[in-house]
Amino acid sequence: MADSVVSSSAHSPSRPNGHRPQPVDRVVIRFAGDSGDGMQLAGDRFTASSAIFGNDIATFPDFPAEIRAPAGTVAGVSAFQIHISDHDILTPGDHPNVLVAMNPAALKAHVPDLEPGAAILLNSDAFDERSLQKAGYVADPRTDHSLDSFKVYEVPMTSLTMEAVKPSGTKARDAERSKNFFALGLVSWMYSRPPEPTLEWVAKRFAGNDMVRQANTLAFKAGWNFGETAEIFESAYEVKPAHLPAGTYTNISGNTALAWGVVAAGQLAKLPVFLGSYPITPASDVLHELSKHKNFGVRTLQAEDEIAGVGSALGASYAGALGVTTTSGPGLDLKAETIGLAVSLELPLLVIDIQRGGPSTGLPTKTEQADLLQAMYGRHGEAPVPVLAPSTPGDCFYTVIEAARIALKYRTPVILLSDGYLANGAEPWRIPEVSDLPDLSADVRQASSPNKVLPDGSEVFWPYLRDTETLARPWAVPGTPGLMHRIGGLEKADGSGNVSYDPANHDLMVRLRAQKVAGIARDIPPAEVDDPDGVGGADLLVLAWGSTYGAVQAAVRAVRAGGRRVAHLHLRHLNPFPANLGDVLRAYRKVLVPEVNLGQLRRLVRAEYLVDAEGLNKVSGQPFRREEVQKAILASLGSLGHANGNGASQQGRAG
Amino acid sequence: MTDLAAPTTTRKDWASDQEVRWCPGCGDYSILTAVQLLMPEIGAKREDTVFISGIGCSSRFPYYMNTYGVHSIHGRAPAFATGVALSRPDLHVWVVTGDGDALSIGGNHLLHALRRNVNLTIILFNNQIYGLTKGQYSPTSEAGKVTKSTPFGSLDHPYNPVSLALGAEASFVARTHDMDRKHMMEVFRRAYEHKGAALVEVYQNCNVFNDGAFEAITAKDNRPSMLIPLEHGKPVRFGPQGEKGVVINDQGRAVIVDVAEVGEERLLVHDESRPDPSVAFALSRLANGPHEPTPIGVFRAVERPDYGSLVARQMDEAVAKKGPGDLSALLRSGTTWTVEAGQ
Repeated sequence: MADSVVSSSAHSPSRPNGHRPQPVDRVVIRFAGDSGDGMQLAGDRFTASSAIFGNDIATFPDFPAEIRAPAGTVAGVSAFQIHISDHDILTPGDHPNVLVAMNPAALKAHVPDLEPGAAILLNSDAFDERSLQKAGYVADPRTDHSLDSFKVYEVPMTSLTMEAVKPSGTKARDAERSKNFFALGLVSWMYSRPPEPTLEWVAKRFAGNDMVRQANTLAFKAGWNFGETAEIFESAYEVKPAHLPAGTYTNISGNTALAWGVVAAGQLAKLPVFLGSYPITPASDVLHELSKHKNFGVRTLQAEDEIAGVGSALGASYAGALGVTTTSGPGLDLKAETIGLAVSLELPLLVIDIQRGGPSTGLPTKTEQADLLQAMYGRHGEAPVPVLAPSTPGDCFYTVIEAARIALKYRTPVILLSDGYLANGAEPWRIPEVSDLPDLSADVRQASSPNKVLPDGSEVFWPYLRDTETLARPWAVPGTPGLMHRIGGLEKADGSGNVSYDPANHDLMVRLRAQKVAGIARDIPPAEVDDPDGVGGADLLVLAWGSTYGAVQAAVRAVRAGGRRVAHLHLRHLNPFPANLGDVLRAYRKVLVPEVNLGQLRRLVRAEYLVDAEGLNKVSGQPFRREEVQKAILASLGSLGHANGNGASQQGRAG
Repeated sequence: MTDLAAPTTTRKDWASDQEVRWCPGCGDYSILTAVQLLMPEIGAKREDTVFISGIGCSSRFPYYMNTYGVHSIHGRAPAFATGVALSRPDLHVWVVTGDGDALSIGGNHLLHALRRNVNLTIILFNNQIYGLTKGQYSPTSEAGKVTKSTPFGSLDHPYNPVSLALGAEASFVARTHDMDRKHMMEVFRRAYEHKGAALVEVYQNCNVFNDGAFEAITAKDNRPSMLIPLEHGKPVRFGPQGEKGVVINDQGRAVIVDVAEVGEERLLVHDESRPDPSVAFALSRLANGPHEPTPIGVFRAVERPDYGSLVARQMDEAVAKKGPGDLSALLRSGTTWTVEAGQ
């Protein structure tokens, strides 16, 4: 099957007929269509073949919350954006160079984002009067000159697909459904993607359904061949492989990386993993993935609700497992009381929150970073919890392992804040050697013997007698003879752990729990600033966290390329902060904090370090674009030298 | 191992060093005593025993047992205990809860623990009142009850915990009361020996906020005529001379009859192992409250694979099929490609 695309039609990828691919260094392609048009699948396959080809990639799937939103409407448009490049890239791209629009609604929804001169591939079969109306077009955009600044290619994708798949014997109604493969074939030809990975995938994926396998294969080839033979395309393009560091790579999404990180944490700690979880967008994929890996000693429970998800996970931790729960914002609300119990019981617990637009049900399929303050403070009483955030899809893997390390070593719940953008976005990920991953088993240290001698000489077990260095309490697992003890949500006496209402003891215990979490700062790496001029050298520090990494770093590089001096500090540990953070922040005249919320990290650093940080804030359910951050950096640099603290805060500036 | 019947522990071994702090005269004391006396008899091991509770007067129970114990969150004990039981099939996990804890704030978790048949022994102290918050009506309080939160009488229709558990197809459902230690111990022993979720409702007197709620049926003199003992394989009959009995009528309802009138052969012969819960449910509907003749004992005890064993089997099957997990292979399970140095 290796060269089959072409062998069946006498064309070959080496393009003997004179089409020489023009080299380009990067391209941003957006596939857009109805929710049911299979655009996510097309994007996903294009991503896979580009990754295998060796490009650097970054992706951004963007789809409606409804499973089948009203067909043909703008609300129902589902899109998948992919940025492929011959050099390392950090974002899925601000403005597509190519838009594949399967219907008028997809065109309408995405034209405003396109780069001038971009290519638009239209499925002209879908541009009938009714569809135009449904999309809200008064005039046909193909003829009203509204697309004059783009190169528009009209391709009757539906009818060509139906014609092409005839040999498979597929019924007309089903035949039409292969048109995403036609589009994929056409775009694959345009960008000189090797067809084999896609065709091999189709053969494997639809091995059980011969008709569908054939139809999709035929549609893909028809799309490819259409590009090859149709006169309307003046040339194909080629994006050469990127120069990535040596190693073995795979294409990974944030959610898969989280799930693998959880599996790895269990293996590295030599503990069974227990996941208690309730389905919720965009976190469910982590539950799905972990449910596959029972042979790693991973137990998964689809609980009756979010509360039982975290409750069973904490119960499993009590019983000696690595307890994990996964959720998104509304679920984190419901888990708050149990996280508070975990703070009081001082047991390891991993709480993974894949943030989405809020409040309430909000925007289930869109991204946001607005759960930071909830993670920090969203419990009654003084209930500090370590908080971490990964910065890229691949970083999700390492951040889970770090979160597990802290949870185990300090016997504490840890909240990991991913988000919808990381969850579904994908990037090439250099696979680590297992031997290079940290050994977490030394941090487990489950108790096996009494730890206290009473004045009468008897040896007893005191569940709240702390390690003097970490302030962590011993973890005595049921089944261990001689260590029977009772613990609960009531305040416990320091040491013995017996119920205590003593005022001074409560004061002490509140402070000890806070000190324990604050002390983790000594056990995490200091903040490392990306500043070519050394710490404090640049005119502006951009402080960011989580999924904004790509856009911020790309913006910082672009600004530097323009000769300006700007530093970037990206935080993984949000509670406690790295011990040197205050010094770093004070080393800069200005600090800009871009966030996909209304300024939550900014509020934290201002409160903690009295630093007059500015905010760049966006809460549209979309990640930052590089240019938005770049503009804000330039504006911030531009205001340097004017009156001190001139109040020109960028708070609320949206992209 | 010479004499299996000889207990290796005594009641004292099962009592923690903590002072018991229920109100003097509370029915909880007799339940605690029954459990502490039972443990040596059944040969339980303290280190393998875990008591999980929620919040409420009854939920202080774990503090008084010299075992592993967690006093968790209001209503969430079954959820927490599910995590313990699934992770550690080698442990015996008890849940101690009350009518507010299990049936109001935690109703959802109880239902799901029962339907999944998680290996838990659940003791539900039903005193038909909120005690710890000082006297509000509970989901088992009778309609019309005057409490601090219902000065004009409660408008709520109460539920019957046994009916509820049978509706969730619990594999073991029983009822006992705090005035009869022997009966309690026997029912607890049966619940302990049951593999899967066992729910025992204990009618428990709150002598401060709802004193005498069960007196009409549990006072020594009233028991013969007001308690209907359910015994597997025996006709259901009661009364000082056994003159009353229970039959299932044409509509499938359980009704009380005079044995002399209908004849002993027409009486329902109690079969706790009946797969269908309908007859047990009909029995649970005999009394509208603890002022009418009320069945006690084991309503239902059927064998059904417990959830923890099913989970463990899937884990074993996964290892048998795929081999023990290989992390390096997992990370390479997608499509991979290699970038050479200097490329």
